[in-house]
Amino acid sequence: MSTDTTISQRPTPPSYEVPKAIRYGALTVGFLVLVIFPLVFNNPTISTIGVFAMIFLMAVTGWNIFSGYTGYIALGHAVFFGIGQYATAMLASYWQIPPGWETFLLIPVSMFLAGLAAIPIGLIVLRVRKHTFIVLTIALMFIFQLFAYNLRGWTGGSQGLEVSQPPWDGSIFNLPYYYVGLFLAIIAIVTSFMIRRSKFGLSLLAIRDDEDRARSLGINTRNSKLTAFVISAIFLGAAGCMYAMFVGSVYPQFSFDPAFDLELSIMAFAGGLGTILGPSLGALIISGAQQYFLITFGGANVFLIVYGALFILILRLLPGGVVPAISDKWRSHVVRKEQRILDSELEGPAEAGAHK
Amino acid sequence: MTLLGVEGIVKNYGGIQALRNCTMNFQEGAINGLIGPNGSGKTTLFNVMTGYETPDSGKVTFRGKDITNSTPDEVFAAGIGRTFQLTRIFPRLTVIENVHIAAQRKGLVAQMRQWSQPDERARALESLDFVGLTKLSREPAGSLSYGQQKLLEFAFIMVAEPKVMLLDEPAGGVNPTLLKHLGGRIKELNKTGVTFIIVEHDMEFVMGICDQVSVMHQGSALLEGKPEIVRNDPAVLEAYLGTDMTEVN
Repeated sequence: MSTDTTISQRPTPPSYEVPKAIRYGALTVGFLVLVIFPLVFNNPTISTIGVFAMIFLMAVTGWNIFSGYTGYIALGHAVFFGIGQYATAMLASYWQIPPGWETFLLIPVSMFLAGLAAIPIGLIVLRVRKHTFIVLTIALMFIFQLFAYNLRGWTGGSQGLEVSQPPWDGSIFNLPYYYVGLFLAIIAIVTSFMIRRSKFGLSLLAIRDDEDRARSLGINTRNSKLTAFVISAIFLGAAGCMYAMFVGSVYPQFSFDPAFDLELSIMAFAGGLGTILGPSLGALIISGAQQYFLITFGGANVFLIVYGALFILILRLLPGGVVPAISDKWRSHVVRKEQRILDSELEGPAEAGAHK
Repeated sequence: MTLLGVEGIVKNYGGIQALRNCTMNFQEGAINGLIGPNGSGKTTLFNVMTGYETPDSGKVTFRGKDITNSTPDEVFAAGIGRTFQLTRIFPRLTVIENVHIAAQRKGLVAQMRQWSQPDERARALESLDFVGLTKLSREPAGSLSYGQQKLLEFAFIMVAEPKVMLLDEPAGGVNPTLLKHLGGRIKELNKTGVTFIIVEHDMEFVMGICDQVSVMHQGSALLEGKPEIVRNDPAVLEAYLGTDMTEVN
């Protein structure tokens, strides 16, 4: 019972992390698979699934930088996704950008505008917490949807806007979108990784666990949350721009779509909310499955049933998500190994058991 | 010399007067006890001193500087650390991550550097060793026992090397062995120059460890003095126990 028994008896505590070799090996394999995917599956139907997967990959990674790390579940990030889309459609026609490679230059512009919009929005919504925060973000998304419907002079109202598509051949049409999407998704993942291992990231996780406690330890919680919110919005802006360019049209109900945020959160939850790669894995599995089911069982909306069943299955079997389930398995593996060493040192499993 | 002082603090919650013209001074280098019956305003005073509550009127000074309207993070950065009545740690982070949170960094670039710099790690491990939790450094903090969490909370405040530590009921729910351990740590840190202000109901603990004891009653200071004087003061006994029963009879 005494704490003195907890003082280190073995010099270094065991590491519960999956060894670097395995982690980096898996990452490299994953990266290579993503790079060669559209070259192997060059059927445009399949590579279209790939492009949407890349868009969701960067969006959910961005979403996770804020919601996953701070624990503030934002259900209005479609605002920034929509801003990215409308910025692309409006600026492409305003600046008369010819369809083709030049349109991709709108990506950084969309990112900038989404990030800029996130500052005042963040200052408002981050004043509240928990359920109020969630409700406020949803409300904000509908406000933006109403703007898109009603500011007809700029947004075209319910008619929407067109983004002219480049005259590329159908067989290679998807490739530029896929690789630019992959590049942006990797930037998002690297950013997420760098934040997670930084002092700033630790502050965000501290806010997730106990915001008031974090404040009393010298963390400027308001600035930390706002910074994460803006960074996250920037990647949603990029995703919106890619989406508008790829789909070629922008409508209020699809740009500021409540289902979009649900999809993001479902992907993040399935993969592992707040982990670096969990949401990415979730995005690849769920957006891939969703598109595949849409194509295979699309006729009578059967795909939604299959999609829902898959989601329930994941939540049932891996409640914390895929990545936490893997690290838990690894953790218990390490603990068992440690226990065996302790047992042999103490020459009596009963004593070792009492030690914990 | 007064390190932390409050002057004429008033704090009302609706019709309840939590603090009424409360004036108190805590001496530098001392272990100060702060006692008083439930509802006498001790925790509210802690909240006011650490920036969690803004007083309706009055002033909080730290080393002669007015910190009345400072936010909790500014108060902590100035050198005032605190623990809470119910232990508050970061349950989903590991023990070692917990002890890194309080390490202060200035500027955006420094914030983006890795969370554990060598000097911070050394300090973190040192303070974990100080409270005897080194072996558990890689465990999620939420899996520690309540007593261990109290020690962890103590350890992560230590990392920032505060000038004064405000402990809100450190003995609550802690077994005697652990309490002795904690008391020893407090004394040891005090020798290095850290001032303590301890709110506590465990009189044996307070009287055994404190150099100076202040008593609060109904939102203001009732008495201040050495433990042995406070212990036998009739006004203190009355505040705790109510009017003497013999008088009633």
